[in-house]
Amino acid sequence: MTLYMKYLAIHLKSQMQYKVSFTLNAVGQFLIAFSVFISVFFMFSRFGSVADFTYNQVLLCFAIVLMAFAISECFFRGFDTFPSTISNGEFDRIMVRPRGIVFQVLASKIDLSRIGRLVQAVVVLIYAIPTSGVVWSPLKVITLVLMLLGGIAVFSSLFVVYAALCFFTIEGLEFMNIFTDGGREFGTYPLSIYGKEILKFFTFVVPLALFQYFPLLYLLGRTDNLLYMFAPLFSLLFSLPAYLLWRLGVKRYTSTGS
Amino acid sequence: MKKYLSFFTIRFLNGLQYRAAAVAGMATQFAWGYMRIKMFLAFSKANPAAMPMEFDQLASYIWLQQAFLAFFAVWILDNEIFEEIRSGNVAYELCRPLDLYNLWFVKNLAMRLSRAVLRCFPILFIALVLPKPLSMSLPQSPASLILFLISLALGLFVSVAFCMVLYITTFFTLSPAGVRVMAISLVDFLSGGIIPLPMLPEKLLFFLELLPFASMTNTPLRVYSGHIAGTELAFSLGLQLLWLTVLVLLGRFMMKRALTRVVVQGG
Repeated sequence: MTLYMKYLAIHLKSQMQYKVSFTLNAVGQFLIAFSVFISVFFMFSRFGSVADFTYNQVLLCFAIVLMAFAISECFFRGFDTFPSTISNGEFDRIMVRPRGIVFQVLASKIDLSRIGRLVQAVVVLIYAIPTSGVVWSPLKVITLVLMLLGGIAVFSSLFVVYAALCFFTIEGLEFMNIFTDGGREFGTYPLSIYGKEILKFFTFVVPLALFQYFPLLYLLGRTDNLLYMFAPLFSLLFSLPAYLLWRLGVKRYTSTGS
Repeated sequence: MKKYLSFFTIRFLNGLQYRAAAVAGMATQFAWGYMRIKMFLAFSKANPAAMPMEFDQLASYIWLQQAFLAFFAVWILDNEIFEEIRSGNVAYELCRPLDLYNLWFVKNLAMRLSRAVLRCFPILFIALVLPKPLSMSLPQSPASLILFLISLALGLFVSVAFCMVLYITTFFTLSPAGVRVMAISLVDFLSGGIIPLPMLPEKLLFFLELLPFASMTNTPLRVYSGHIAGTELAFSLGLQLLWLTVLVLLGRFMMKRALTRVVVQGG
């Protein structure tokens, strides 16, 4: 952990060397998320509600998904840019160092400019918490925290899966965007609005709904079933197959030799 | 002309080589389109009267957008050009007996065309055979198809002309990152890439439709389904042409300015 802190400090320092570029990047991240937010705003000002969810309730969803994504992307960036780590031989160097591989990949990149997205998520969340009509209680606060943790776990695992697939092929991995960037975009709205099949897919295959739709129902008081509250805990299980796939990939790895 | 044509061909054929990426891209764009349409379907069920266009017009809009994403997406930029400007290698390009603006324009055109050619047909085919209301409708008449193709081509040219301005800005700023990220986020929204522009309030729509960005995604995709028709159609096509001219002139002017004061850095 102390070593990770050292890495963090180094990344912070090096990114602060290019202050203008850092600021512009962060502002850009903010704007990209903002253009999604503003389209949600206009959709609701035209249509009023969607599938029994109001604007403020959807914002709660939007904020949590965006926040989980921003945090994952900031700290798991090393996995997101893993193809270049393999192709430039950096991974060989990682293998020979006396520290855990996952740890080193984690520490190899920390992209703090993602703070632009995070800021937006925090602002929207602060706005949505009192206005969403949720009757807050200690249990509900815990639910909210669980949603966030579950979200971070799922998005991070998706980045790990993406990196693990790089061991098998580097062609055509663009499709993973459906789940990473797509998860963020689709997760703007409760996943139930896309229909039953999609909801099932995002429950059992890529468990986005476990930290988003189901606990949201509990938050909004539409169910008292504690299973819905603890659904994000099940989404943590997703990290297991992701990690196994990663291990399998590492085992198979042969250097490009450059 | 012949020189540019051969550059075009090289780039185009080069682009066609990335087939695995194209398959993955198709899967992504198909998923994206499907989810978008489902989202709009949920909204239209909640309040059918608030829909600014027929649902099949909207579905056609989304599918065409996904199929021709490579025509309009501002984030499809040629990194080589940025790198040439930043590293100073652009000096070599200037030695060639070619007009740099035309050369880059042609290269970008070829890059976008090759990407779209690989991806659009399977997406369009699946979109046409999907069950209602998710499916894309056929064009209303041969004439409307031709008008759509004209508008689509103009939209592509406007997008490339806009990207040229982005490239040339790098001569002045040297760091492409900032301008790039701003442009991507703004243009995506303003061109109707995130939600179709008619979904916005009418007063705002009036202004946005006049901007060059609306001439990219918004105009051709609405021409297809007949959502823009009659005198409005003539006006929109004229506007596309106008913005194309303005952006090309602006790009050329900026380039001239940049090249008179270009400093090639180091050995």
